[in-house]
Amino acid sequence: MTAAADRAALFPTCLGDLITPEVVQHAETALRACGFIVDGVRTGTCCGQPAFNSGFHPQARRVARRTMRALADTDGPIVVPSGSCAAMMRRQWRELFAGDRDAALARGVGVRVIELTAALAPRAEKLDAMHLRWPGRVGYHDSCHMLRELGLHAEPRRVLASVQDLELVPVPSSDRCCGFGGTFSIRYPDVSVAMADSKLDDADAAHLDALVSADPGCIMHLAGRHARTGAGPRLVHIATLLVEAGLR
Amino acid sequence: MSTTERPDPLTTSTFEERAAISLAKPFLRQAIPKATDHTVAALRERFANHDYGALREQGRQIRTAAIADLDTHLKEFEAQLRENGVHVHFAADAREARDTIRKIIKTTGGTRVVKMKSMASEEIDLNPALEADGLTVTETDLGEYVVQLDGDRPSHIIAPIIHKTRAEVHESLSKVAGYALPEDPPSLTAFARATLRDAFLEADVGISGVNFGVAETGTICLVSNEGNGRMSTSLPRVHIALMGIERIVPKLDDLAILLPLLSGAGTGQLITTYVSLIKGPRREGEPDGPEEMHLVLLDNGRRALLGTPYQEALHCIRCGACQNVCPVYRQVGGHAYGWVYGGPIGAVLTPLFRGQEDGGELSHATTLCGACDDICPVKIPLHDLLSSLRHDRVTSGNASRTERIAATVWSYAWSHPLTYRLSARVARVGVDLLGRRRAAPPWAAPIERWSRGRALPRPARRPWHRRG
Repeated sequence: MTAAADRAALFPTCLGDLITPEVVQHAETALRACGFIVDGVRTGTCCGQPAFNSGFHPQARRVARRTMRALADTDGPIVVPSGSCAAMMRRQWRELFAGDRDAALARGVGVRVIELTAALAPRAEKLDAMHLRWPGRVGYHDSCHMLRELGLHAEPRRVLASVQDLELVPVPSSDRCCGFGGTFSIRYPDVSVAMADSKLDDADAAHLDALVSADPGCIMHLAGRHARTGAGPRLVHIATLLVEAGLR
Repeated sequence: MSTTERPDPLTTSTFEERAAISLAKPFLRQAIPKATDHTVAALRERFANHDYGALREQGRQIRTAAIADLDTHLKEFEAQLRENGVHVHFAADAREARDTIRKIIKTTGGTRVVKMKSMASEEIDLNPALEADGLTVTETDLGEYVVQLDGDRPSHIIAPIIHKTRAEVHESLSKVAGYALPEDPPSLTAFARATLRDAFLEADVGISGVNFGVAETGTICLVSNEGNGRMSTSLPRVHIALMGIERIVPKLDDLAILLPLLSGAGTGQLITTYVSLIKGPRREGEPDGPEEMHLVLLDNGRRALLGTPYQEALHCIRCGACQNVCPVYRQVGGHAYGWVYGGPIGAVLTPLFRGQEDGGELSHATTLCGACDDICPVKIPLHDLLSSLRHDRVTSGNASRTERIAATVWSYAWSHPLTYRLSARVARVGVDLLGRRRAAPPWAAPIERWSRGRALPRPARRPWHRRG
């Protein structure tokens, strides 16, 4: 592979940038370990999903446009360590910018977007060779848009398979929504929290040491509930798990 | 919309308030997942050796063709029905449908009505209107019978009393009996069966819904597992069927695809215990069947969806599968949706049939997770429709002022890196300040709502853009 083919832009997403910067650093570490030359994008803000999903399209465009233009200046795949943001950028930007002066840009940038584990999985042999080790029982939470809009099911599991002594435990509700839902979590907090409880109870029933996901939104919500009630295991982003397993 | 005194939860309470009632019932939150998971598992098991994906695609195509040319099919249907000796009536809205049915019954002079389960009859609030006319109405689906005894409403399209405990059912039926019945389900069912048998034998009029109306033959198709459908439509002298105009299918052959889809998605069966194909009243020499048969075709907001981005909502075959997989429904049940239809399809149909002003909020009663899209037997893109409805809610002026202002202020702040970064610093200070206060100030309502049940995340001291 040529060096140019290995370039990747890393878009941290707003949550990653502002709330969990260490997760973005871990994503960066994982990408480098898989041979990418990483170009961090620091002048974008947010994909616009909160406004789009609330029905405020002009507002969503205003924010997304900024991010889109920042990303247009980069080369190679645009890696996003958040399934739902990746889906928004890849799938919904087209719809959001249809008929807009930036419609072509939205399509052009959108097709370059790739979710983190989708970027890592094809190079997972590199991870296999690193003797990563994380002893324990792990459940994987499929975030909704990553699973159903991007169709990513095998990819995160392939990444986890590169970690030795990690037992990936099938949790029956792995593909059930955790109740975050963006603004849903604030609009209907009691329903949202009840959904988290059901998810965390299922994780407890599976005796997990960690519940792993590739979506910081779900993690923030579930971890917030876990911190309040103690139900469920630790919530860990998949990039963080790789670093905990010894990735450098 | 109602001539009767029944309360309308949709206009008198919010989804959040109604959901709170459900969330306070631990039984409900155990019973619904248990029942719905069972149905979904049965569906997967029964169809394991069939190409369910291909079947769904065929179902989608049939429904698409049926609705794309609705008027042509309706005309053919009507002509065939008349030829078969069925009286056909069109009702533009709920009131017209109720009045039509009342008039038919009045003309026949009947006083006793038995009913088969029908969501359309729920939609037009039929029973209170008939009771106001002095008629005796008996719901004959076991679940609907209990709903009726309790003055309740069905909370699931297929399983109307999914929200009730066995003890509650025992209590309701014991009241009818006048003594404490044995508590086991077979005894309760046997009692209901005996009681309903009398109602069937005494009834003058049977009212049913319609699962599918076949245009080419003028046949109405009904499915049931209790046999009450066949009794309701063949024993009484008069049969009145109520059908939403969208339940049309062009060909009899279409049922070969749609019936397994409906029973599979609805109850996890390859086929229901009873499938009735009814083609008019009793003919010369036939031993049973009604002397007189009527079909009332209900519009009630359906035709208005043709040619709109919501046309696919008319493809729905009312199987309830989207409810079974909906993570919101499994927590709150059907009553939280405030009208007739619950779950994802309810969150779509309610704003469409009742209007954005009354029903618009329901488009937010979902996380847009898309589980409903994956299970829908006719592949309705429910989560896209919900997303569009949210947009319509904003453009039709039904989003709150606070929401609009918040979205706009946010969008300006986050369309520039500097103000975006500044907002994070402000938020960090805000979160710290809030930590010291007992009561959250009004501006912090979203934060308060988040932290009601969850720890509040604190923006990082050094965000990623300032690292590395």
